[in-house]
Amino acid sequence: MPQLKIPTPLRPYAEGESILSLDGRNVAEVLAAAVDLHPQLKKHLFNEDDQLRPFVNIFLGEENVNELDGLQTNLEEDDTLLIIPSIAGGRA
Amino acid sequence: MMETMLPELSNQEIHRYSRHLLIPDVGMEGQRKLKAASVLVVGTGGLGSPVSLYLAAAGVGRIGLVDYDVVDFSNLQRQIVHGESRLGDLKVDSARDRLLDLNSEIQVDTYNEFLSSDNAFRIAEPYDIIIDGTDNFPTRYLVNDLCVLTGKANVYGSIYRFDGQASVFDARVGPCYRCLFPEPPPPGLVPSCAEGGVLGVLPGTIGSIQATEALKLILEIGEPLIGRLLLYDALDLSFQTVKLQKNPDCKVCGEHPEVTELIDYVDFCGMPAHDDEEGSAGEEWDITAPELAEKLKKGEDLRLIDVREPHELEISHLEGAELIPLGQFASHLSELDSAEDIVLFCKSGTRSTRALEILASAGFKKVKNLKGGINAWALEVDPSMPIY
Repeated sequence: MPQLKIPTPLRPYAEGESILSLDGRNVAEVLAAAVDLHPQLKKHLFNEDDQLRPFVNIFLGEENVNELDGLQTNLEEDDTLLIIPSIAGGRA
Repeated sequence: MMETMLPELSNQEIHRYSRHLLIPDVGMEGQRKLKAASVLVVGTGGLGSPVSLYLAAAGVGRIGLVDYDVVDFSNLQRQIVHGESRLGDLKVDSARDRLLDLNSEIQVDTYNEFLSSDNAFRIAEPYDIIIDGTDNFPTRYLVNDLCVLTGKANVYGSIYRFDGQASVFDARVGPCYRCLFPEPPPPGLVPSCAEGGVLGVLPGTIGSIQATEALKLILEIGEPLIGRLLLYDALDLSFQTVKLQKNPDCKVCGEHPEVTELIDYVDFCGMPAHDDEEGSAGEEWDITAPELAEKLKKGEDLRLIDVREPHELEISHLEGAELIPLGQFASHLSELDSAEDIVLFCKSGTRSTRALEILASAGFKKVKNLKGGINAWALEVDPSMPIY
């Protein structure tokens, strides 16, 4: 079952989970399964038109899925998807 | 710079940098390149502390420091360039004195200014490389666009709790920050370190990586993090790099750029360029700590809701408040009644402002935000309560 790594800033919206094992044959299905499991993740990943938000980057291995087939990128059973969030901390 | 134009090293400098001179990849020529180099460090906080200390120790000839703040007690958990004896002093002065104590043979310039579109070109002009050690989205986009427009490398680092990111954005040969993050998240969607916290040593790790990258760029050795983003998870102690591609549609470094001069980044990001601002929902929605104290004293019927995380109750709490963490707030709406008078609070007012926005958009009108949060209560009403 593909896995989705949840970055720290999004964990409060996934009941503290850091890795989710989710059903899905492609990126879109895995993200939809994540949102089904943790509905509060939805507004952090998708905008009102159900498009992936521009500051959310999904990587499969080293590659941004946008460089593959986007949300339609096919996944193998043992693939791990990574959400790379926009974080700003540093000075304070 | 051609080798013949590089500054000479004194015997004292040769002694000081002997461990560098023994590395064939650095050697005399490399050390002279470091002496000739100039680096601007934006922010003298968590990241700026280790970056500036290591650049100074390494002999980078000219270091610029930009910050507008003073040293606060809560900085010392991670901002190791400062110390207790400098509490209340300008951060740039505190940092400059520490750097010159470490290495009096370098030049340290200070800019006690808030980096903005008005002063950024002037401040950045003398420097070869810019280090992004800021703490907020408006300044990060400003630093990025400044580097793209002036053709300088942006050595990026960012931290949150146990997670860190680092990269080198150089639009002349690779992607920029906007290629990865074309837009900032809406206000409130991503918590800051001031709200969410950060492990004190984390900026030490990421800042050291930024300093490493800056030195490599100056020395022209190794493979810089251009086109790669380093992800660090301190809990797993894992490092991972992912590939970054230049976005041909990027609004600042793409084929048809729309951003050709510095813009209003506070407006672009829809949030203030400060991580540690006192949270206010606007006058009409705010209640001050003394006003709330007065209402409670009179026995007014108020529902006090604390939107912090459960572990923060151990630090401080208000009697009679119920806990609904912001992350779960939307799913608890059905438990709230718009006919009730509700006062929301958190640490400093930022998260409670987000909770208030959720209630206001659901039609609640009798809801207030405790301006400045429970820290304002500690400051203005109950001095026995700790401030964090």
